[in-house]
Amino acid sequence: MLLEILTPDKKVYAGEVTSVSVPGTSGSFEVLNNHAPIISTLEKGSLKFKAKEGNQEMNISGGVIEVLADKVVVLVESLL
Amino acid sequence: MANLKEVRLRIASVNSTQQITKAMKMVSAAKLKRATDAVVQMRPYANKLKDILANLTASLEGNESEFTVQRELKNVLVVVVTSNRGLAGAFNANSIKTANALINENYADLKKSGNVHIIAIGKKAQDYFTKNKYNVIGNNNDVFNSLSFNTSVKISSEIMDGFVAGKWDKVEVVYNQFKNAAMQILTTEQLLPVQATVSATAVKSNVDYLLEPSQEEIVNGLIPTSIKIQLYKALLDSHASEHGARMTAMDKATENAGDLLRALRLSYNQARQASITNEILEIVSGANALSAS
Repeated sequence: MLLEILTPDKKVYAGEVTSVSVPGTSGSFEVLNNHAPIISTLEKGSLKFKAKEGNQEMNISGGVIEVLADKVVVLVESLL
Repeated sequence: MANLKEVRLRIASVNSTQQITKAMKMVSAAKLKRATDAVVQMRPYANKLKDILANLTASLEGNESEFTVQRELKNVLVVVVTSNRGLAGAFNANSIKTANALINENYADLKKSGNVHIIAIGKKAQDYFTKNKYNVIGNNNDVFNSLSFNTSVKISSEIMDGFVAGKWDKVEVVYNQFKNAAMQILTTEQLLPVQATVSATAVKSNVDYLLEPSQEEIVNGLIPTSIKIQLYKALLDSHASEHGARMTAMDKATENAGDLLRALRLSYNQARQASITNEILEIVSGANALSAS
């Protein structure tokens, strides 16, 4: 699935990933391929995803995630 | 007939002015590129956020958050965005003029009772409104030195906190919207209370999203973000407009200096030829006088 991580200043990441785990407001959760559509707000915490180039981790200050049709968009206010 | 030396000095001074304006134009062109890039970079985020909000609010009725309440208008805050430096044509003057007109037309009563508050972003507005004895809050002259989302968040948080605390009941932003390098659109936007966004695109999506934690909580969590984005967008737009305006102004100035130089060179050459003719006349008449005797 396709992951996009956006901040107001720039596009931080865009690419093919196999899994994304995010710190949701009502508990952190992981998004795999073919996940049901979801919108959730995110808390301060770490966002991890698995890409071909390896695993990556980012600390975010909160934001919102939208999953729709194998496309994940994470809007992050700022990276810590 | 103009004095040769005087004209030569003027040519030299106009020449150096032209070099300055040319350099300023070049610098602005480079900065304009960077400023428009920033606007473009912000757009995906802003659009997505707007989509999500429109999607969620379309099916949410009667939602009242602390940012949407309409209160009786007792205090108003006007945010005026200008630049720190001048020499950008009518850029700053227009922005200040529009803010003034807004205050005098819509909030004349509040102005009399001293309930119009100003947040000036950029030195030009700061100077103007301080000089004219408005309630100017804070000092945001260094915002444009390193414009990023985080610096604009400081201002938007202050605005939102003040609104929630009841310091002002309405917030409007006056800024130059960026259209292209030669054109700025003066815009007045209401920042708070948030007006319902009726979006035509919201209807088309019928996807059943899982919503966590709940629709209302998500919307209420996203409204502050969208306010911050709205202000940030105004700042970026104004920044790009500033450089666009300066570029056009300096281009015009360079052109005018060129015209002036051409006219000066013409009169310089005329004066030079006249003095040569004069000298020849003197020599010839001197020689004639000699041979006649």
